[in-house]
Amino acid sequence: MDWVFLLDTLHQLLEGVPLTLELAACSIGAGALLALALALLRQSGVAPVAWFVRGYVFAFRGSPLLVQLFLIYYGLSQFPEIRHSFLWVFLRQPFWCAILALTLNTAAYGSEVIRGGLQAVPPGQIEAARACGMSGFLLFRRIILPVALRQALPAYGNEIIIMVKTTSLASIVTLMEVTGIAARLISETFRAFEVFTCAGAIYLVLNFLIARGVGLVEYRLSSHLRPAQS
Amino acid sequence: MSSTLDQASLGTRPTIEIRDLHKRFGALEVLKGVSLEARDGDVISIIGSSGSGKSTMLRCINLLETPDSGEVAINGETIRMRGRGGGRVEPADRAQVDRIRSRLGMVFQSFNLWSHMTILENVIEAPIHVLKRPRADCVAEAEAILARVGIAEKRHHYPAHLSGGQQQRAAIARALAMQPQAILFDEPTSALDPELVGEVLRVMRSLAEEGRTMLIVTHEMGFARDVSNHTIFLDQGRIEEQGPPSQVFGEPRSERCRRFLSGHLK
Repeated sequence: MDWVFLLDTLHQLLEGVPLTLELAACSIGAGALLALALALLRQSGVAPVAWFVRGYVFAFRGSPLLVQLFLIYYGLSQFPEIRHSFLWVFLRQPFWCAILALTLNTAAYGSEVIRGGLQAVPPGQIEAARACGMSGFLLFRRIILPVALRQALPAYGNEIIIMVKTTSLASIVTLMEVTGIAARLISETFRAFEVFTCAGAIYLVLNFLIARGVGLVEYRLSSHLRPAQS
Repeated sequence: MSSTLDQASLGTRPTIEIRDLHKRFGALEVLKGVSLEARDGDVISIIGSSGSGKSTMLRCINLLETPDSGEVAINGETIRMRGRGGGRVEPADRAQVDRIRSRLGMVFQSFNLWSHMTILENVIEAPIHVLKRPRADCVAEAEAILARVGIAEKRHHYPAHLSGGQQQRAAIARALAMQPQAILFDEPTSALDPELVGEVLRVMRSLAEEGRTMLIVTHEMGFARDVSNHTIFLDQGRIEEQGPPSQVFGEPRSERCRRFLSGHLK
């Protein structure tokens, strides 16, 4: 076992962790907001809007993220209208293309998770809030959303972990996050086994920490489901 | 608690008045023109078999169900309705509905406490966010109310940790915290184990004794007879018989009412 090489590899790969985390945090954060908006639009009761959301989910859940990323990074630059618009400031940078593809993709999955949470809010609790004079945004903010998010959190934790791993696709569009650096090291050393083992270990540790974090939040938010401490 | 003030400022207007309510669910006409008046301090029990329209009538008062026609007025303020096509109607002013709902307490058969909040949080939620009262006042008042309904020591527990009877008493406390002009009870003991019914009825009785205006849909005939000052027997969407409980329970004129009671009274 070449410990020196492994340590050196690990050291170089760790330099990619900030970018991996940045990609994950930006796309998960923006994706969650978009997912919530999509879930609400899907539930809005306005048929064309609901069908738009269904179509969106169908397209982004049904096609490979890598294809979506290529479409955004390579495909969009084909149109002069885009190259000459303000969007080009973002779309010519691989970082923003990756963020956009990851965000749009996770929002499709996330909106379904949140929709499930919203549907699981007991109607009686909403009715009780209405009977107290609550309606509109107040009712949503105080009763519906807190109950729905608690229902959705375990499944959403899954989605977060998947997204952290999925950021590795950004390496394909030249971003030097953990997998990107790994690919470069392999092309320099031809020692794929050691390098990818180190890269895999980094993702394992990241997701271990994230899973613990999600579990902690879940625990804090679910004291109403545990037996009372007296 | 504000009854003397209300009487002085509002004269003799009924606290709750409904006139000729009609409601249908699809082909089924649930209410076929019911009217009712509750004055300050009235305790009205509404009885009848399942499907007679009792709950629907109660739920029309705070617009949890929208009546197809007829009028609902709270303290003389009529809830304005408007057509929305297809012969259907909806409230013309959502803010008016919210305001009127905030003045009427409602207690449900299945408690409907907010599961993610403790009992205390359940009780202070609407006073703080709907009535916009200072949090400290709401907490102090909520603790007094919870003590009164006998669950002060449960205030930091979540609804799922309480028995059905305790949950229903918490729901009554939640209604009381809004200082309502009247409280609507929709079969408040029907979901409870028999041995838990008594503790809820005791709380309701004490509310009636302090002069609160209450409308109670119930299957507890003994309670209705003892506590209410007016009883309404609903049958197939119509008021078949009404009057003082002594009359409705003692010498009902309607054959249907007599048959219903003979099946329910022990």
